[in-house]
Amino acid sequence: MARSLKKGPYIDQKLFKKIQKLNETGEKRVIKTWARRSTIPPEFVGHTIAVYNGIKFIPVYISENMVGHKLGEFAPTRTYRGHAGKSERMGKVR
Amino acid sequence: MARIVGVDLPKNKPVGIALTYIFGIGRSTALKICQDTGVDPAKRVHALTDDEIRKIRENIQQNYKVEGALKAEINMNIKRLIDINCYRGIRHRMGLPVRGQRTRTNARTRKGRRRSVGAKKKK
Repeated sequence: MARSLKKGPYIDQKLFKKIQKLNETGEKRVIKTWARRSTIPPEFVGHTIAVYNGIKFIPVYISENMVGHKLGEFAPTRTYRGHAGKSERMGKVR
Repeated sequence: MARIVGVDLPKNKPVGIALTYIFGIGRSTALKICQDTGVDPAKRVHALTDDEIRKIRENIQQNYKVEGALKAEINMNIKRLIDINCYRGIRHRMGLPVRGQRTRTNARTRKGRRRSVGAKKKK
């Protein structure tokens, strides 16, 4: 179910503060985060955020049309290498 | 012969139904158009006057995105998901269900016809 509009989007506050600090200083640095559930606000655009997928941090460069999605959408948690004996077609996942 | 936005011209059908032959217009939109233009939705297409056809055409062009433009928009939306490499985009790319449906069984619409995997037997 979609989140109530009354509440506004959920943004991880710790991460948001860190990004704000980077925006003020004009600095660019990769930030590690576990906050996969956080929505991407416009302030994140242009930063690289390393999103945890359960094993490692996937660096995600935030572009303009990623705004409104959640960070977790860009760091897949499952690996699928295809079934045995089905060589072609699959493996296009990046 | 009624020809509205592009190539659509079903005859012998009530307007309320015939308009749904246009991509992007379903039953409720069709009835709404009839209401807005003052055309009886039960009237058959071949019985429409030129004036009524003109009114319907203008109403659609002003208020609705149909046919090619709508299809283009849909494809743009999918392309955006694929380009930003998000989960939904990946599912689109792999031709699997996008909205969290099960894939252990079913999902044949997205996956296409059944292909057996079949482990090779030793002889």
